[in-house]
Amino acid sequence: MKTKNIIISGVGGQGIILASELLSLAAMEAGFDVKKSEVHGMSQRGGSVVSNVRFGEKVYSPLIEEGTADVILSFEKLETLRWIHFLNPQSGVCIVNDLEIIPVQVSQGKGEYPGDIMERLKKKASRVYLIDGVKYALQAGNPRTANTVLLGALSNFLPIEPEIWEETIKKRVPPKTIEANLKAFWLGRDLFKD
Amino acid sequence: MKMLLSGNEAVARGAWEGGVLVSAAYPGTPSTEILENLAKYEEVRAEWSPNEKVAFEVALGAAIGGARATVSMKHVGLNVAADPLMSSAYSGINAGFLIISADDPGMHSSQNEQDNRILAKFAKIPVLEPSDSQEAHDFAKIGFRISEEFDTPVLLRLTTRISHTKCIVEVGEREKVEVKPYNKAVHKYILVPAHARKRHVAVEERLERLREFAEKTDLNRIEWGNPDIGIVTSGIAYQYAKEVMPEASFLKLGFSWPTPIDLVKKFSSQVKKLYVVEELEPFIEDALRAAGLEVTGKEVVPRINELSPRRVRVAFTGKELPHPEPEDVVSRPPVLCPGCPHIGIYWALRRLRATVMGDIGCYTLGFQEPLSAMDTCLEMGFSISGAHGLEKAQGKKFARKLVATIGDSTFLHSGMTGLMDIVYNKGTSTVVILDNRTTAMTGHQDHPATGKTAKGEPTKAIDFKELAHAIGVEKVFEIDPHNLKMTRKVLKEAMELDEPTVVIAKRPCVLLKEERKRLQAKPKKKIIPEKCKGETCRNCLTIGCSAIYWKDGKAWINPLLCVGCDLCQQLCPFGAIVEDVKDEN
Ligand SMILES: Cc1ncc(C[n+]2csc(CCOP(=O)(O)OP(=O)(O)O)c2C)c(N)n1
Ligand code: SF4
Ligand code: SF4
Repeated sequence: MKTKNIIISGVGGQGIILASELLSLAAMEAGFDVKKSEVHGMSQRGGSVVSNVRFGEKVYSPLIEEGTADVILSFEKLETLRWIHFLNPQSGVCIVNDLEIIPVQVSQGKGEYPGDIMERLKKKASRVYLIDGVKYALQAGNPRTANTVLLGALSNFLPIEPEIWEETIKKRVPPKTIEANLKAFWLGRDLFKD
Repeated sequence: MKMLLSGNEAVARGAWEGGVLVSAAYPGTPSTEILENLAKYEEVRAEWSPNEKVAFEVALGAAIGGARATVSMKHVGLNVAADPLMSSAYSGINAGFLIISADDPGMHSSQNEQDNRILAKFAKIPVLEPSDSQEAHDFAKIGFRISEEFDTPVLLRLTTRISHTKCIVEVGEREKVEVKPYNKAVHKYILVPAHARKRHVAVEERLERLREFAEKTDLNRIEWGNPDIGIVTSGIAYQYAKEVMPEASFLKLGFSWPTPIDLVKKFSSQVKKLYVVEELEPFIEDALRAAGLEVTGKEVVPRINELSPRRVRVAFTGKELPHPEPEDVVSRPPVLCPGCPHIGIYWALRRLRATVMGDIGCYTLGFQEPLSAMDTCLEMGFSISGAHGLEKAQGKKFARKLVATIGDSTFLHSGMTGLMDIVYNKGTSTVVILDNRTTAMTGHQDHPATGKTAKGEPTKAIDFKELAHAIGVEKVFEIDPHNLKMTRKVLKEAMELDEPTVVIAKRPCVLLKEERKRLQAKPKKKIIPEKCKGETCRNCLTIGCSAIYWKDGKAWINPLLCVGCDLCQQLCPFGAIVEDVKDEN
């Protein structure tokens, strides 16, 4: 198998690090070599945050090279656009949470939040999916499981069995939220059941 | 057992397995989690120190005292600890002593991108460079053994991408390591000139023995591939080079200083062209050139900024892989949290048109618009001593508008001595201590004024007011920076006084657990659109709260971000900002 390259992006405080942790643990559990890299520090104060996860037989670089990401999973619309040049131009997939978080510059009235993000993404990626994470999270019974909905969607594109995802979720999320998270995962996963 | 560990977690685990007993550190990205993880092991006496020099000395004292010890810090921390670093190389150790330096190529959260391998070379101690978490774990253990075998401190050099990348690590159990007896050895530990002269000879001999060790150790290994290209590499650069040039021949140096010149010569004689791929400085490259080897290095591999697979690919092939054009996207820099205690001070200083010598911490963000109230931020402590220098240059009249702002942790790190200097040398600048009860910027570590240790035990807390008085400052003010009117008034009064003044701004960081709880119970604010006067006012925007946004010519509050602190409410002249009380029906 060729090494899988996943970019998870969003805004500080959105739970990107936990989401990439779940993905990495699931990949490890599935028997792959895994590396995941992100930068802490300044980026946490509401700045943009990105995590690179790579898994396969043997992974060297923890960083994904431009043009080689199999999936960009983004928790915020603008933050998908920011990393789009990392996507594999032939086969790459974008999974976008239908959420806009306004950068301070914009809220201060300097600069605009682009209205044409989806059009711009579609010009550069053959497969772009917009998912209302919170809507399904509410269906799962906990609005804070939106990230798990998106991970469920992502799981359709990765060679990791759903049972392994379930085990990983059970091990890593707060015990009280296990049930909602499992539901959220399946709601996301089933979005691609044709 | 296999675990998914970051480089920092792996170093802590490796040091623990290697029998570490005493660990000291001062926080600093990307190194902070090393001590945080060491503190979780019951057997390890782990401590936050007020600064890196103290941390270094605590760990060195422990090593001389017979216990395996570590000190960890970010790269610039080793500048602060440079004095004990240089002396420890001469004194040697007793039990294993690891200096863990986490460098920050790319300056993700730092003011420079110095390469600390050069400091180790300068100090004449060996350098270990892990290239992933497994090696970070293994090298920490091996580092103790090298340290003891050669009676030397060892530098374990990490970088951001090693520290903060998680990989799979095969871990082991803790070795049983007895504390060695402490033996008085004045010839080593009293570095008077007569002893130091002999120690210098010992240090040079030790370096030669270390080089011989480097030639044989399996920390350095050859991976034969295509003999046309031979790549000498270390650290994270190894991973990028392997990714991009998997078929080449590699000499991977885990023990990069003293550089194993004979090994490199052997490798070089069997490849057609010799390259060095390393991040930042041409450290290995210079050593090879000095030995007369012909190499290609920094002509093609960039010296500035961190490396990446793309940059290494371009170095070898001149081309990038095909990829979509990057989009021009509005940036999203980090901002002060809604309700941050630092906001009020900068809001007031801007209104008072002060010259503000800032410092490093969350409060550095006060330089950004719309607060825009900071003139300088160089390195920890410069705010106070720098302000004193500025006053000496521009005179007392200028000092009536001159303020140093410094966080509580930074003040304890290196601000106290500057304040002494102001008092001693008759300065009159105002020092504002931003006492948010934590080291927020690096992820909320305790410090000597929080009343809690790294292990979570209660302890004595420094009282800033008494401290300032003891130093000789007579006028010390305490304020709540969330009271904007009072903050402005007190700052004005303090600045006008023709004597040293200290203003202590007391309010906890909103991300601290207790404070979070308190705020969660508070109602949020909302803006009544009919009352908001829009463009003609914009008053509430002057605090730069990221919960307030501008839409359709009026201000609005995002209820998900607002913490209900009421800063904005104090500024609205039209009473448009009110409590957002939930309708019970
Ligand atoms: C010599 C050195 N050590 C460590 C750091 C990392 N660092 C930057 S600011 C800071 C302390 C911040 O705490 P504080 O002064 O209390 O301000 P806060 O972030 O809480 O506002 C630290 C540890 C550094 N930049 N330089
Ligand atoms: S973490 Fe604390 S100190 Fe830092 S910006 Fe947020 S509220 Fe302010
Ligand atoms: S009360 Fe006002 S200033 Fe405070 S967090 Fe809410 S919107 Fe921001």
